Formats: sequence, structure tokens, C-alpha cells
Amino acid sequence: MAELTLVETTATQDISALRSSPAAHLAGVFEEACTQGARGVQLREVPFQTMVGLRVAQDSDGAHRLEEALGTLLPDRHGIVTAGSGRSVIWLAPDEFLVISAEESADLTKALQEALYGHPGSVIDLSANRTTFELNGPSSRAVLEKGCPLDLHPRIFKEGTAVNTNIGHVPVVLWKTGAENYRIYPRASFADYLGRWLIDAMAEFKAPETN
Amino acid sequence: MIQIQCPNCGPRDETEFHYGGQAHVAYPENPDALSDEEWARYLFYRENTKGQFAERWSHSGGCRKWFNAIRDTVTYRFSAVYPAGSPRPDNAPAQPDSNDPIVGGTK
Ligand SMILES: [Zn+2]
Repeated sequence: MAELTLVETTATQDISALRSSPAAHLAGVFEEACTQGARGVQLREVPFQTMVGLRVAQDSDGAHRLEEALGTLLPDRHGIVTAGSGRSVIWLAPDEFLVISAEESADLTKALQEALYGHPGSVIDLSANRTTFELNGPSSRAVLEKGCPLDLHPRIFKEGTAVNTNIGHVPVVLWKTGAENYRIYPRASFADYLGRWLIDAMAEFKAPETN
Repeated sequence: MIQIQCPNCGPRDETEFHYGGQAHVAYPENPDALSDEEWARYLFYRENTKGQFAERWSHSGGCRKWFNAIRDTVTYRFSAVYPAGSPRPDNAPAQPDSNDPIVGGTK
């Protein structure tokens, strides 16, 4: 049998300038849709966040090794986000977590894979799975409430909470990162639809309030 | 809108869930030994309960986990939720009123 030679396929030159994010074509439309002031709301895409999906049983040896490598504990229940060393870990299910970071995705994935090696579970680079929308401003909650089944009132949905839910029928992770600031993580193929849905929901706040 | 108590995520709108039919339908120990009629009964025959019914639900729009619930097929009221694989509770406790908030936050 002929010996197989593995070809080194990793690009040696930096090709990141050639990447295009799932909502890149909407950047101008997003900018036009933004409004300022007391009823203002702003939308932008935050492209190319590093996201790593973890599947591991809570409190297992593998989980403890991942926690050590991450520099933070895994969140122990729904809604919770843990943070440390520039990484945020979102609870998706009792054995499923999403790590979000600005680090190089290949490096972070490799480090976590090495940490889990030999233990049940998985570490997968999901950076291309979802994109990130940031919705900001006094009217951001009113925009989301048009299409989200959750109670987003601050007495229920507190700052720092992240959950799996739907917006405009699109499955997303919704993270309340500030009093008037949300991060929305739709899958890449939904980015165009959700982006346009949000623009539509934002439109009324351009006009002055009527009584 | 009905709210269903996900054992992992707390109360969520019905639209986030998928129905999985009757719970506690055990897979036959030896399917090869069954007659066609017995196999068909396992596959297709289900109770048509009027009242308290044990059934499977999946929180497909959230944690994507399966669980069991006791629901009254007349009133739609959920009287209990319990883990998949555990036996049907005798004294199904009433579902807590759906105001257990999403307690989130950064740790
Ligand atoms: Zn759930």
C-alpha cells in the first residue's frame, strides 16, 4: 500500500482580511437604522468572536480540568455566565456550555482539547457557527419584546444573564450585558433574517413618541 | 400562553417546547420474540387518557433536554415535571406558580 503523505494545509500567510462576517453586507443598513436620544437604539455586528462549544458532565474530572484551563468555573445553572481570563462561559444545558473570547480560536480550542484529553466530553471550535449582534440604547428592550417569549423586565431578566431563547422565531443565545445592552448570538444562516427583523423592529423609535 | 416548567430552565413559554407523546412506554426486551400485532401495539397504540396523563416533553428552544410531565388533558394544567427515566410520581406535587424568575447574573 502506498504511503500516504499528509499535506500541510494550514495557511502560513494571514488570510483574515479575506473573511467576511455573516451580516457584513448589512453594516450600512444597521448604521442607518440607529437612533440616538431618549428613545434611541443602536445595532451593530461584532464579527469573528471566538466561540468554543463544550460538552462535559458538571462536576466531573473533565469539567474540573476544563475549569482549570479556562481560569473560571463552569456555570452551574441556567442564566448564569461565568467569566475569567478574558473568557465568558454561558450555560446552555446541564452538560453544554459556550465559551466566548477574543482569543485566537485555534489556540483556545487546542488548549481546552488538551485539558479534556482522555475524559468524556467534547471541545469544538464553533466560532463560525454564530455571529454576534449588539443591541444598545434605551429602547433596546422594547425592540426585543416584540419577538421574544421571555419576560425581559429587569426585575426578572437581570444584567449578566444569558439564555437560549427565540427572537423573531430565530433561536438565539441572548445575553444581557448591560442595563440597556444586549448581545444576541444567532446562527450564521439566520443573521440576515434576524438583522432585518431587528431593523424593522427599531424603525418606530426614529419617530417622536406619540400619545 | 401556557408556561411549562422546564426542570433545567424554569418556566418558559409553551412555544419553546416539543411534545413527545405518552411517557413510560418501555422498549420491548426482545423485539424479535414479538408477533406483528404485539410490535404494532408497541409502536402505535397509546392511551387516550381523559385527565392526568404522563407524557414526554423536550425543551427544544432552550436546553434541548427531554423530561416527563403529568398534564391534565382536560384542563391542560401541568401538575408535575420529573426527570426522564424516573418513575411516575404517585403524589404529583402541584406545579409551582410560574413566577420563579430566571435568576441569572455574572459570577
Ligand atoms: Zn430547558
